[in-house]
Amino acid sequence: MATLQLNNITKHFGDTAVIKGIDLEVNDREFVVFVGPSGCGKSTLMRIIAGLESATDGDIVIDGQRMNDVGPADRGLAMVFQSYALYPHMTVEGNMGFSMRLAGVPKEERRAKVLETAKILQLEPLLDRKPKALSGGQRQRVAIGRAIVRNPSIFLFDEPLSNLDAALRVQMRIELARLHEKLNATMIYVTHDQIEAMTMADKIVVLHDGVVEQVGSPMALYHHPANRFVAGFIGSPKMNFFDVELISTSPEGVQVRLPGGGECTVPVNAQALENASSENTPIESQPALELGIRPEHLVLDEAGALSGQIEVLERLGGQTSLYVRMGDLLVTLMTDGDVAYRVHETIRFGFAPERAHLFAADGRALPSLAQHPLAGLTRHDNRTSGDAEALA
Amino acid sequence: MTKTRASGRTVGGLRTLSLQAPAVTLLLLWMIIPLGMTIWFSFQYYNLLMPGMSGFAGVENYEYLLTDPALWKAMGNTLLLVGWVLAITVVGGTLLAVLFQQDFAGRGIARVLAISPFFVMPTVSALVWKNMMMHPSNGVLAWLANSLGLPAVDWFSALPLTSIVIIVAWQWLPFALLILLTAMQSLDEDQVEAARMDGAGPIAIFFFITLPHLKRAISVVIMIEMIFLLTIFAEIFVTTSGGPGLATTNLAYLIYMRALLDFDVGVASAGGVIAIILANIVAIFLVRMVAKNLED
Repeated sequence: MATLQLNNITKHFGDTAVIKGIDLEVNDREFVVFVGPSGCGKSTLMRIIAGLESATDGDIVIDGQRMNDVGPADRGLAMVFQSYALYPHMTVEGNMGFSMRLAGVPKEERRAKVLETAKILQLEPLLDRKPKALSGGQRQRVAIGRAIVRNPSIFLFDEPLSNLDAALRVQMRIELARLHEKLNATMIYVTHDQIEAMTMADKIVVLHDGVVEQVGSPMALYHHPANRFVAGFIGSPKMNFFDVELISTSPEGVQVRLPGGGECTVPVNAQALENASSENTPIESQPALELGIRPEHLVLDEAGALSGQIEVLERLGGQTSLYVRMGDLLVTLMTDGDVAYRVHETIRFGFAPERAHLFAADGRALPSLAQHPLAGLTRHDNRTSGDAEALA
Repeated sequence: MTKTRASGRTVGGLRTLSLQAPAVTLLLLWMIIPLGMTIWFSFQYYNLLMPGMSGFAGVENYEYLLTDPALWKAMGNTLLLVGWVLAITVVGGTLLAVLFQQDFAGRGIARVLAISPFFVMPTVSALVWKNMMMHPSNGVLAWLANSLGLPAVDWFSALPLTSIVIIVAWQWLPFALLILLTAMQSLDEDQVEAARMDGAGPIAIFFFITLPHLKRAISVVIMIEMIFLLTIFAEIFVTTSGGPGLATTNLAYLIYMRALLDFDVGVASAGGVIAIILANIVAIFLVRMVAKNLED
């Protein structure tokens, strides 16, 4: 059992507030990923959880106990650093056994425990080497091994894969997911890489400017972003945004006028919009709306509502990215790898209205009328993919 | 014999050798001529007070020197001086480096003040210590002892070698501090934090993280200080003139006494050769130790 609660955590460095009141609940055996652009406070938040930094205000509760005044070593946590932070003058075995050596564990016991951990991570042939003689991926595994040996209730990972090359990163991602399953531990993982966030997380916490923008499963964040920031941050390439004019609202959704004159009814709940404006405001003076559509949800369509000229074409083989000029906008479109278009051709394209998102002027998303069938999916369901009821 | 490096530059060969030759020759002569003359004189009767006596002396100069108890006393003093000063500066320098690495108000000024003794020239600092610190009636230490009701210590007659060690250590401590402080700044903060997560307190962090990190810098400090400490002269000349008796005579001072007080160039040269041999013995151990540390 290892749960973590953060209650209204704030952190100031001098006059600048880095973390502006964060509430968060991490359940037992959950894989939680903090994601956000650089400077959003995600690493600081993790350091506060680890006890390396003290919170200016708020409570850190681990397994029901308030931990604010407990030292980093006594919180039952282990951390893997971005730079690995291996002790350069100790062998792999020395590195992994260091915490036990400080705790006064007898040498035999120490060795047994290190060997057991080394087996999990395939580090056995490297135990006598020093960190200098290891490759990046091996150092990474030693750093993880050093954390495992401590048998922590919660693992903390601070951007652990960002120093690895792309191929190794994919491999370590899979290895970490497997490790999470094997150790059945609670893990908190900080990254700015949304692929890592999407593939590994049970729960993603999107941070921006020291506040939590949204908490949810990867699919929930992808299909139902709570606001414009999350919509733009999750998903690659980035979501396209269009300024649209409001025509009318109805229980079936919100009718808007697209750039280029087309019209479209997006099935979202307009209640939020109506509440925001006073009742007798004429519809023409309603605040501007923004329509968001992901590049992969824009489809080439001769009868589509949108059109523009191809400015750049990126062929990846399996798929092609089209960057289409629409007046001031550069719209990204992901299509099939076999499209025969050339640069400067004019194309028409459209989208399925239920794939579109509408954002009010303050950036909040208007909630969809229908929940996406996969939005409730967790990574646990992916792991036991043979289990049919997960999708039911 | 012409080799080509990976960079495509050729090494050796007649053309490059001829370009290197003037510099190499100059350096070689610079070293060889004084060394050769020292060795040559060490086998000659050459006493400025006895101009009539000259010619080949064989090993007589060496025999005279090696049977002279002053030589062994001087060698012992040299090793004691080097050993104590090294111990004080390395231990003290490491502790001070840890102290000055902490964040406190006025740290920049404190660092400059702590390093400044290194910039005082040896004769001046020795005189300051002799006349203002250790003087039995005017000195600060005497005043301190008196105000505590203790008798003043006449440092240079009661504890001559200790006094020299204190003066020299005071001069070289800033050097050790400077080198170790810069090394300390390159310590990866993540390692310290990882150790804290692993349960290390300040003392464990010092012994398991900081000290191993400083190992290389410490061996550099030892090597450089050793080179200079083997030839300490000014501090002894200004304060005790090697006395009382031979209590503070080191090898360098002994050679000076033989050459410029006894005017016996032959014996002084033999002393010089012995000093070279001693320095080389020390250097072999030292270079090995340092080279091993630098490899890690």
